[in-house]
Amino acid sequence: MRLKEGDTLARIIVITSGKGGVGKTTTSAALAMGLAQKGNRTAVVDFDVGLRNLDLIMGCERRVVYDFVNVINDEAGLNQALIRDKRCDNLFVLPASQTRDKEALTKEGVGKVLDELSQSFDYIVCDSPAGIEHGATMAMYYADDAVVVTNPEVSSVRDSDRMLGILASKSRRAETNAEPIREYLLLTRYSPERVASGEMLGVEDVQEILSLDLLGVVPESKAVLNASNAGVPVILDKESDAGQAYGDMVSRYLGEQLPHRFLEVEKRGFFSRLFRG
Amino acid sequence: MAVTTESARDTSSAAFELKAASFTLPIIRLLGSDMDAVAEQLGAKVDQAPDFFRNTPVVLDLSGLSAESGDVQFPLLVGLLRGYGMIPVGVRGGDSDQNKAAEAMELAILGDAFVRRPKAAAARPVPKPESGPSGSRSETASSRVSKTGARAAFTLVARPVRSGQRLYAAGGDLSVVAPVSSGAELMADGNIHVYGPLRGRAMAGLKGDAEARIFCQDLQAELVSVAGHYRVSENIPTALKGVPVQIFLDKEVLRIERL
Repeated sequence: MRLKEGDTLARIIVITSGKGGVGKTTTSAALAMGLAQKGNRTAVVDFDVGLRNLDLIMGCERRVVYDFVNVINDEAGLNQALIRDKRCDNLFVLPASQTRDKEALTKEGVGKVLDELSQSFDYIVCDSPAGIEHGATMAMYYADDAVVVTNPEVSSVRDSDRMLGILASKSRRAETNAEPIREYLLLTRYSPERVASGEMLGVEDVQEILSLDLLGVVPESKAVLNASNAGVPVILDKESDAGQAYGDMVSRYLGEQLPHRFLEVEKRGFFSRLFRG
Repeated sequence: MAVTTESARDTSSAAFELKAASFTLPIIRLLGSDMDAVAEQLGAKVDQAPDFFRNTPVVLDLSGLSAESGDVQFPLLVGLLRGYGMIPVGVRGGDSDQNKAAEAMELAILGDAFVRRPKAAAARPVPKPESGPSGSRSETASSRVSKTGARAAFTLVARPVRSGQRLYAAGGDLSVVAPVSSGAELMADGNIHVYGPLRGRAMAGLKGDAEARIFCQDLQAELVSVAGHYRVSENIPTALKGVPVQIFLDKEVLRIERL
């Protein structure tokens, strides 16, 4: 494993939401894979101790030996616990422990592990658990950037808003009066048809309520479930709309200006109806 | 409850950090200056829960004293409190003579502009802090709650106020130049100004100042209140929602008026 010291400090990105089931882990896997494919050394860390999922989405569940809590407790070295992705050499996964609970994450322990990761990675993606309790606050505490994953419905939007308040007050950057965490909005499970029929909030509505930079809109897609089942981050499914949307998101995060796609109801022409059923 | 705030600023690689924090402290509200009576009654209280008072910082509230009740004997009082294990840290609501006497005993004067002395308040209107536009004050672009001075309390917030956040401007006005989300709470002893959609709760005149007002550009609030008189969203006419309004008390009735 090529963990060499002396590189520039990593940027720590937390993927958070407050609400569960909105797509945090899917987004973590996609963002980490996207950053790594663009040549950045990237680590993705599962903070959901006790409800480990990231390893499944990343397809490395059969290679987990040591985990995050082992490293915090000095029972294993970081190099022993990190799992290299088989598809991309720049990507490493630090899985959560399934047998412990969130209290195993201490502020000092998490800080120590992230510090060590910072020595040898460009980006550290922290997959936050749902809720606003200990696990979630640990995941965001050391963050430089936050991607707030939100579904276009009122309860998810309110929970995201609550999470943004916590980001602004309980992070290391807030406590040391440093520059605040950069916050981005990612809308997932977006369905233009249901927005058109008034069942879902539209992009503008959500942006109006949360007043945040929009990093991307990921449409509701079968590809996401298929990718999860197969253990392949959906961003690798370049044919699918969700995969392309995540690709755009990564480019935007790295500073590219791209128009938002998949916002309109798809108009199906005669031929597409004929061939795509 | 006493809220103490200090301005916090990060210094270079220093040996300490200067930070701000709020503490809830017990307040002893004096209703007379007879120290023997205070000693006797306090002794009875402490006997009930000696552990509660041990090493507890306390604040003395002098606003309940009338002009006739005579001078407070601070040396006696401080000695008494220390004897019971309490740590007197400051006073509030005193007049200038009382404050001077308290300072002599190394007690902090806690700024609390709207603790009114009952007699004096009835006689003359409460001086209100200036409620001009926020731009007239020199404020840093910092997103944190920042204050100018201790007395002319004025709080400016430039970041969105999120669901679950509570902001309290003690002793003065609160201005927010960003959206206030539903589930957020704004509180001020003086006026509240919101230059953005107000979707949360806003409570002006928290300590009972009936002259306080709420001004907002886009009213979508869950609840608005002035000096304890409130209206919930359900009782706000639709015609007044989403438009600039001011909210004030008119003979004990909360009125919402289009600007």
